[in-house]
Amino acid sequence: MACISPDGKPTESGTKMLRALQAGLKSPEEIAKETGLPLFRVRSGLRELTQAGLADQKEDKYKLSEKGTKLIK
Amino acid sequence: MEEIKEQTGHMPRIGEPAPAFEAVTTHGTLKLEDFKGSWLILFSHPADFTPVCTTEFIAFTEIHPKLQKRGVELLGLSVDSVSSHIAWVRNVEEKMGVKIPFPIIADLNKEVSLAYGMIHPGQSKTETVRCVFIIDPNQKIRTILYYPLTTGRNMDEILRIIDALQTTDKHGVATPANWRPGDEVVVPPPNTQEMAEERLKQGYKCVDWYLCKKKL
Repeated sequence: MACISPDGKPTESGTKMLRALQAGLKSPEEIAKETGLPLFRVRSGLRELTQAGLADQKEDKYKLSEKGTKLIK
Repeated sequence: MEEIKEQTGHMPRIGEPAPAFEAVTTHGTLKLEDFKGSWLILFSHPADFTPVCTTEFIAFTEIHPKLQKRGVELLGLSVDSVSSHIAWVRNVEEKMGVKIPFPIIADLNKEVSLAYGMIHPGQSKTETVRCVFIIDPNQKIRTILYYPLTTGRNMDEILRIIDALQTTDKHGVATPANWRPGDEVVVPPPNTQEMAEERLKQGYKCVDWYLCKKKL
């Protein structure tokens, strides 16, 4: 896992992505631009964050889940 | 024959959609579709901690900024484990001062290697040869290069191919032998006699009706 450590905590890149989602619904392209991470990393990272219940997908965009919001505070 | 096919897998061809994959890499689990919209160079190497491969990884890292400028991502592959890849990448950084910035697939079960025809039993039954697949933003294979185990790849040629493919896509032209950016390009040959006659009056630099060049 690139965005979630084995202990379940987000990695540096995972945290960057979660922080980018704090402002609301965003596309992978917008997150890549904001975080400076390559788009392929953002796409795979969002998959992981969604599977871990930290982000929710709404059509082509993503937002923080309740669990993600609590974690990033 | 069947035994050879089992060892080599599918042999992809230029113009075909690139075979889809989901693979464990040094940057997490990646799918081919994660690269959609970017050009992608998927390349295999025989093994980690080997001399020619190490020089190639340093060379790929050197051209990485130039590739980024052209909208191209790099993705390495070998049949080594992700732990081996991580150890090798760390060793290259420690001993040679080069930080490998791109992901490397750990294709332990050879799923991706077989889908892309990267194992050539005449060279090695267990390792991948030095393959380069240039995949366009629509995930179609545009170029395939195969190098033997003993010959390191030429980065200038890889950059030249990227420039040529992107020029072809942008301007609808072909590129002649040894073309470099800034050189004249080849105008596509005419399909009818009428077009051939008109071609000669269009101000292109023509050797004959079938070989016309122009500056971009």
